[in-house]
Amino acid sequence: MADHQAVEKQTLPPNPEKATLDGRNKYLGFWFFLGGETVLFGSLFGTYLGLRGGVVDGPGPADLFHLDLVFIMTMILLTSSLTSVFAVINMKRGNYKGLLMWMWATVALGIAFLGFEIYEFYEYYHAGLGFTTSAFASSFYTLVGTHGAHVAFGVAWITVLLIRYRNTGLTLTNAPKFNTAVLYWHFIDVVWVFIFTVVYLLGIGG
Amino acid sequence: MSSHQDPSAPLQGAPSKNTERKLKNETRTQLISFILMIFITSMAFISIGSDAVPNGFAIPFILMLAGVQVVLQLYFFMHMNEKGTGWINVMIWSGLFVAALTVGALMFLIGEVKY
Repeated sequence: MADHQAVEKQTLPPNPEKATLDGRNKYLGFWFFLGGETVLFGSLFGTYLGLRGGVVDGPGPADLFHLDLVFIMTMILLTSSLTSVFAVINMKRGNYKGLLMWMWATVALGIAFLGFEIYEFYEYYHAGLGFTTSAFASSFYTLVGTHGAHVAFGVAWITVLLIRYRNTGLTLTNAPKFNTAVLYWHFIDVVWVFIFTVVYLLGIGG
Repeated sequence: MSSHQDPSAPLQGAPSKNTERKLKNETRTQLISFILMIFITSMAFISIGSDAVPNGFAIPFILMLAGVQVVLQLYFFMHMNEKGTGWINVMIWSGLFVAALTVGALMFLIGEVKY
């Protein structure tokens, strides 16, 4: 049945992402994963908070961080969270074009965020903050770098979905996949809220 | 609904009037929570960036704002306020609980040993 094509049309349920058992399982399982991710980031935050005073001879947080750059990055990530919310609303409307468009917008904002972060790390490196310069440097790069790796993974994930399902239309198979990717994207934003508060604002303010 | 569903069939048809109304309300709720988040974030940046706010006040204040913003994200953007999210709440809150313990323990232990 390699050339089997779906002939029977399905009508749009109110929540296409949770209309099948597969979809509900994905939804539940993904939250279990997010609970674990919370603990991963918790341990990195704890390490950073314990070590952030250990700057040795290298530059410290107050010498490096620029509020304006972090503010722009925060706004970009927050807006990308909103575009992915709009994507899910369009999915529930059955507007597949809208879903794809808002997801591409999310990807574009994610790439912009990554660009700023690479620029930021490049600047810090040239200001004398190598990965092994101090305990502060290692814990800072590990924490913010792990978050950046999550953003990069999220961008890759959503891009693969968008290419794979570019002209299938909305189905009961891909609705849960898009929904799961959006949940992941919101989680990245949740982690960033703590990073800009605990790392950047506390780094400058005290 | 038929017992067999072909999950690869494109979904046809428009949402019901009821769903359409719900989605309209949701769009508005989400926009309001987004504006709130922008406002909260700006407040946090201003309270650290300006010299008018003493740090003794600004630090607990921004930590509280972060907490508020995370709850907005989880309950509105991530739909944890909907029905049937019991297990989801259990998972994320136990994750946050263990994470809080980890942060506290690591800060304390590393602070005691001092590198």
